[in-house]
Formats: sequence, C-alpha cells, structure tokens
Amino acid sequence: MMTNIFNFLNILIWLPIFSGIAVLLISYSEKNIFKKFEVLHYFSLLMSLIIFFFGIVLYINYDSGNAALQFVQRLSWIDSLGVEYHIGIDGISLALILLTTFMTPLVILSSWESIKKRPYQYFSAFLILEGLMIGVFSSLDAILFYVFWEAMLVPMFLIIGIWGGKRRIYATLKFFLYTFLGSVLMLVAFIYLHGKTGDFNFLSFIDTPLTLTEQKYIFIAFFLAFAVKVPMWPVHTWLPDAHVEAPTGGSVILAAIMLKMGGYGFIRLSLPMLPDGSHYFSNFMIIFSLIAITYIGFVALMQKDMKKLIAYSSIAHMGFVTLGFFLIWSIGFNSGAGLGVTGGIVQMVSHGLISGALFLCVGMLYDRMGSRQIADFGGVVNTMPKFAALMVFFCMANAGLPGTSGFVGEFLVILASFKANFWYSFIAATTLVLGAAYTLWMVKRVLYGEVANSDVGALQDINNREFIILSLLAITILIIGVWPAPLMELTANSVETVLNQINQSKVIEL
Amino acid sequence: MNIYDLLPALPEIVLLTMICLVLVTDLFIKDDEKDITFWLSILTLAFTLWSIFSTYPETREVIFDGSYVSDSLSHLLKLFAVLIVAVVFFYSRDYLKHNNLMRGEYYLLGMFGLFGMMVMMSAYSMLTMYLGLETLSLSLYVLVAIDRDSTKSAEAAMKFFVLGAIASGILLFGISWVYGVTSTLQFNEISFAIQQNPGINGVPLWFGLVFIIVGLAFKFGAVPFHMWLPDVYQGARSSVTLYIASAPKLAALALILRVLSDSFGDLHEIWQTMILIIAVLSLVIGNIVAIAQNNIKRMLGYSAIAHVGFILAAIFTGTQHGYSAALFYTITYVIMALGAFGMLLLLSREGLDIEVISDFKGLNERNPWFALVMLFFMFGMIGVPPWVGFFAKLAVINSVLEIGYFSIAVLMVLMSVVGAFYYLRIIWYMYFEKAIDKSLLQVSLDMKVLLSFNGMAVLVLGIFPSWLLQICRNIIFV
Repeated sequence: MMTNIFNFLNILIWLPIFSGIAVLLISYSEKNIFKKFEVLHYFSLLMSLIIFFFGIVLYINYDSGNAALQFVQRLSWIDSLGVEYHIGIDGISLALILLTTFMTPLVILSSWESIKKRPYQYFSAFLILEGLMIGVFSSLDAILFYVFWEAMLVPMFLIIGIWGGKRRIYATLKFFLYTFLGSVLMLVAFIYLHGKTGDFNFLSFIDTPLTLTEQKYIFIAFFLAFAVKVPMWPVHTWLPDAHVEAPTGGSVILAAIMLKMGGYGFIRLSLPMLPDGSHYFSNFMIIFSLIAITYIGFVALMQKDMKKLIAYSSIAHMGFVTLGFFLIWSIGFNSGAGLGVTGGIVQMVSHGLISGALFLCVGMLYDRMGSRQIADFGGVVNTMPKFAALMVFFCMANAGLPGTSGFVGEFLVILASFKANFWYSFIAATTLVLGAAYTLWMVKRVLYGEVANSDVGALQDINNREFIILSLLAITILIIGVWPAPLMELTANSVETVLNQINQSKVIEL
Repeated sequence: MNIYDLLPALPEIVLLTMICLVLVTDLFIKDDEKDITFWLSILTLAFTLWSIFSTYPETREVIFDGSYVSDSLSHLLKLFAVLIVAVVFFYSRDYLKHNNLMRGEYYLLGMFGLFGMMVMMSAYSMLTMYLGLETLSLSLYVLVAIDRDSTKSAEAAMKFFVLGAIASGILLFGISWVYGVTSTLQFNEISFAIQQNPGINGVPLWFGLVFIIVGLAFKFGAVPFHMWLPDVYQGARSSVTLYIASAPKLAALALILRVLSDSFGDLHEIWQTMILIIAVLSLVIGNIVAIAQNNIKRMLGYSAIAHVGFILAAIFTGTQHGYSAALFYTITYVIMALGAFGMLLLLSREGLDIEVISDFKGLNERNPWFALVMLFFMFGMIGVPPWVGFFAKLAVINSVLEIGYFSIAVLMVLMSVVGAFYYLRIIWYMYFEKAIDKSLLQVSLDMKVLLSFNGMAVLVLGIFPSWLLQICRNIIFV
C-alpha cells in the first residue's frame, strides 16, 4: 500500500481545490493587474491541463491486471466518530476520473469569452467542483464520500444561480433541495451501517451481513440518493430545469459527470453492499429504466428548446446505465452478467462525452443568437459549415450510430437485455428509433433547410478555440467507438470483483 | 475556612471584582470617550480568561458547601463563553457608535450577564442555578431595553420580562417540590436520595421535575415555550440580539446537562419522553415557521429554535455519546450564530439596520469576501459538509441511531432539508440578485478581521473537527 502523501490521487483531489481557492482569493482583491491580461483565465486553464496530465499519469501507473484497489491511502481523520481519510481507486473510478479531468479544461476553454460576469469566480467554482468530483470517485470511507458528495452541490448551486438563465433561481433551488433531500437519507443509512460495523469503511460495509429487511430499507435510502442524481424516471424532474437554466459549462459538467455519480453510486454502493436488497428490487429498477428509455424518449421528441431536448435525451440514455446494472439477476451470473455492467459503464463514459459535446454545441449557438428555441433556427449549415459538420456527428453519436461511442454502450446493454428477456431488449431497442428520431429531427430543423431568418444569416462560424474543443471531443468519441477495448480492459477486473461481491448473499439466518 | 478553598471560583471572583471597578470608572468617563470602557471590559475579559486557564481543575472540585462545582465541563464552557462575549463586544462597538448607543451600560450588563452564565455553568445546587439564571436574565431584560427611545425594544423587553418572570416562577415551583421530596437542593444529593430511597421516585418528584424542565426549556427557547424568542430577537437592537443568541445557549446547555444527568439521571425514562416531544416540536416548528419570515433576525430566531431541537434530541438519548454530541453541537452552533449575527452588524451603518433578508441583495458585488464568509455560516447552519455544522449533526444523529430511534433520525435529516431553504434564500439574495445599495462597509478593521476568522473557524473546524469532538467526549466520559 502506498502511504506517502504524494499519492497521485491526493494531488488529483486537492490540486484543483487549492487552485480554485487561489483563483477565488486573487479575484477578490480590488486593484488587480492579473485581471488585465486574462492571467487568471490562462492560470485556470493551465491548472486544469496539469490536472488532466496527472490524470494520464494515474492511468499509466494503474495496473489494470490487478483487481485490487490501487493508490490506497488511509489516514485517521475523526477518531471519535470512526471516520477515516481513506481513498483508493479501481478501474471504474479511474474511467470516471479520467472523464472528469478531460471535461474540465474543455469547459474552462468554452467559457473563455462567453462568461462576462465575474469570470474568476466561475473558473474557481469549476476547479473546486472538479476536485470534489474526483474526491467522490476515489473515496472509500462513507463519510468522506458523503462530504465530497454534498460539498459538490455548493459550487453547482452557485454556478446555476449566478450565471444561469431567466428562471435560474427557481432551477437552482429545485436542484439543490431535490438532490439534498435525496442524499440525507443515505447519510442515515451510512450511520446505521456504522452501527453494525464500527467504522465507515466501504469494504467492511460490503463484508458485513445484513438481514433482507435491513437491506431493503437501506436500498431505498441509497436509491433516493442515486436515482435523483442519475436521474431515474420518477425523480427526474429537476434535471430539465437545471439544464435549461444552467450556463453552458454548468450543463456540460452536470450532464457529463454529476449524473454519473448516480450510476457510480449504484455500482459502488448499492449493488455490492446490498446484493439481496438489490436483487429484490431489480425488477423495479429494470422497469423504471425501461420507462425512462421509452417514455422520456417520447417526451424528448416534443421539446421545443434544444437544451431541454438534450436534457431529456440524457435521462433516456442514463436509463441504459441502470438497466445494464440491474440486469445481473435476470441474466444469471454464469452466463455473462458482466456484459450489462460493462455496457453500463461504457455508456456512462460515452454519454458524458456526447451530451457534454451537444451542450457545448447548443451553448455556441446560444452565444451567437441568444436563443435556444428550435423554431428560431434553420439552415445554420449555410452559415456555419464547420460547426454543422461536428454537430451532426455528435447527434449521430447520440442516436447510437455504429463507430461512435454511443453505439458501444447501448449495443452491449441491449445485448445483455436480450439474454435476460426478449421483451426487455425489444423495449430497450426502441431507443434506436426514438433516439434517432428526436436528435435527427432536431438536426433537420436547426441545421438544414433554408436560412430561416436574417439572424441565422448573420451567424459567424466557430473560431479555432471552439473548433479545438469540439474536435477533441469528436476524436475521443470516435476512438472509443471504433476501439473500445482499452476502456473495457481498464474496467474488466473491477467489474469482475464487483460481480463476485454481488454474487454472495449477505442475508444471515436468524 | 481557608481562603485557598475558594480558588476554584477564581474566574467569577476576578470577573466580579473587575466589573465593580469598571462600573465605578465608567462614571468618570465622558460620553464621547466610551472606547475606554470598551477596552477596560476587554481587559476584564482577558483577566477572566487567564484565571480560567490558571485554575484548570485536575479533578472535580466542589466548594461553598456543595453548591458550586469546578470541573472540566464548566471550564470548557466558561472558556468559550468569555471568548464569545469578547467577540460580541468587538462586533458591537461600531454598531453602538453608529446608533448613538455607545454607553458603558452595554458592556457592564454584558459582563454581569457573563457572570450569571459562569455561575450557571458551575452551579451544583438548585439555588446556585437559580441565582445564576436570574443574574443573567435580569441583565438580558435591561439589555433588550437599552435603546430607550425605541418602542419595539421596550415592547420586546416587557414581553421578555413578563414571560421570563413566569418561567422563573415555574422553575422555583418545581425546585420546591423536589426539595420537599428529597429534602436537598444539591444535584448530587438529589441523585443520591433517589438511589437510597427508591420509594420517593414517584409522582410528586416527577411533578417537580416537569416544572423544572419547563423552566429550563423556556430559557433555552424550545417549543412550546419559545414564544418570547422571535419577538425578542427582532425587537432588541442587533448588538443585543447577537449577545442573546450566542453565549447564553452555552449556559442553558450546562444547566440542562447538570440537572438531567447529574441529579435526575436515574429518572431518565421519566424525562426522556418529555424531552423528545420538546425536541421534535422545536425541530418541526422552528424550521417550518422560519421559512415564512422576511425579517432576518426573526428568521435566525426560529432557526435557533430548530437548532435547540437538535441539541435536545441529543440530550434525549441519555447516553454519554448523546451528551457529548449536544456539547459539540452547542459550541459549534454558537460560533456560527455569532458570525451570522455579526454579519448583520457588519452591514449595518448609520441610519440603516439590516432587518429584512433583501438587505443582503448583491453582497457578492459589493464585497465578495464577506459574501463568502456569510455563505460559510449559512452552509454551516444547513449542515452541508465540509462546514462544521455537518459534523455536529452527524454526531447527534449518530447518538440517536445508537439507541435505535430510527424515525427520529429520519425526521432530523428531513427537517434539515426544510431548513436548507431559508438559509439558501440568504445566499440567493447575496449571490443571485443585483445590488441596490452599493455603499462601502463602515466598520473598523478589527471587526473585519475577527469576522473573517470566525468564518474560517466554521470551515476549519469542519475539516478538522476531531480535536474538539475529542475534548467534548473526554469531558463527558469522566
């Protein structure tokens, strides 16, 4: 075990937080030479790139052949409550950490010109948020996890509230209270488990036996926390509001990473800690996921606002993640249950990239036109050819075109659901039609056709900065789509470990 | 009797002597030189602090024929009380000047109140407890009315006085029943009498206990004895509200801990239900009513009621974990309340009191640093990690779950979500609205520095809560 404080994981958690604090404090001083030459812009970008570099270093040093947790560090923190500073990662966490470190520089770059109001507070919020999100993905102590999990709400609350659209206050309060309400019961569940084990270590939570009733209650508590974040069908209503009102960067981080917290929570906590409870509720979860995939798909079809459309499509796509995770019992452990789980993880990463890219595209249009209504656009391809080419690519990826990452995740999950039950796969596969319908219909109305009005006629094509952002995303989506093997190898051993944990019933006979 | 036997009471003796000196000196200080009184008061508090440190007890010492105790609990609380009153004085100075209230009385009454609190923290008999309580209460009644031209203050003081007097009467009535049954007033002897003679553990004793709890709940401001609290918070001048809202909570906690665990620990099952009902009512009513408030002092008043609900829920457990959680919660809450009310004084200036929540509009544009500090206090009070309020709530919920009260724990977390709304409202006005009033802050540097430290304390204690938790635990687990 590594015990030195120069653990790469520590750097990844604390470097963004401290650089965010530094940006914030420097921006507070009144007379500021830094502000003149956009020094803080470059500093924030540089820090986020350094953090991305450390993410790569972490990836290189990670041994994917080893199923054990790596980069583990365990320090005592609050002895009297049994709380420890305990971090470590496996392949699943690493994939999501890489996604986080990849998206943050893009977000900072994308906000370079569009954020006029207090840009330094904006950048610092994103840097702090990045550190907190990496903290969530690497915590192995329940309270540490909860601290990062809740602290994350604060920067996002401010991002939506300060830089958001017209109804930003309503949206951000709804976002905060909804997710806060979801998570507090998870805290009670953690303390209850603490009463059983004496510490807050995830590993001992996994080992400790629980009766079926206990597992059911704790599952419900966890479900509320994670399903709100994913978000799953009955508790998704905060998401369209938050997405529509959030500034572009906020939407990107929300869709690309914060939604993945829910999926991560299910695979890291619910499933291994409560195998019997999860089994008990697995049919509910599958049904909820299928409803999200189909019903929300129809809802997306009807949207007039581009951001709302992408928000609903996010809910539908995240339905695949939960579907893949909870198919395990319907498939059976010996006949490839790992397929669904792997599919879910690939889908998380791929959805992070695709939805992030789409939100960036809409943001670029919004910066130019001040509108996100589909009806205000038409024929954008005539004035913005480079942009249109990239946006069409992202929309294709969103619809699950083979060769893009969107296809890999959805295909794996549909394959897994076919093994489980023909009707599951039948319903899940409707997304191929629905997803294509709502995204391509949007493409048709926004990008193609005659130039709709003089505003569209006056549009400037994307500049080099924007082109770089979008093409980096496009390349990544393409690479994962054509050659998903590295991502799947990275997570394979971890998925195996999680499946073994899920396979062991924890119910004790009384 | 040897004079050295009185040594454990040195802090009180030093404080009282110095108060008398300041009182006389103040007579000879001109009205426009009251800064001298202020610095003399700070000096007094510094001496008191020194005497608290120098008499830190190895063991529990009981003097004055068993009516006064000096132990680590009393010393810790006194330490915080003196520090907090000193900070209150610093925060209030500019406000008092702006409002033409810079008189010696504020500081003297504040110190008399502190004296009362210290006696309460060291009380070991019902009579000492009552004396301390009345010294504090009388100082508070006068403090509330310190602005004699304000009808609102006069009304608040009147209400406070009448209701406070009734509560004191109820408390005394309860004490007399307990005395009648056990024929003693000392906390440890009451407990001893109950153990020796189980026959007295009956309705008459419980009857007395109920009245004592009602009296204490009144002083703490717990529902349904909370009626005075929002009115007094709103009616009093902000510097007085700051005083009432902070240190006296520590003294009230000391009393509740001593009465319920030291003297009536064996009657745990009798008082448990009662404390539980009071705690739940305080949590629910405090949080829900606070949502409807537009006056920020009133809102923070209801939020104080809600926090008392948390403290009482920890005491309800009757376990040592619960008591230490209550102690930790109270200390951290008082630090946050100090900062939140201090912020009102920071933003007030000549001719403008911060009264309604919308006065916070656009603070992030006017002064981003103090907007951030206020954000720390608000998220601390909601109980969002990494601010210290979270760990206080964690300790309380942990102790409640330990004795198996699942539903109470769930209620507590749900109520903190309800509470989140009204704290978020302040953040919303600070960060999401445009500033109307763009004037600069009119306070001295020392206040700005102290308030920034106060805000940092809420964050730093949240990141490293271990040492304070451990101290609280060591004190309770003697």
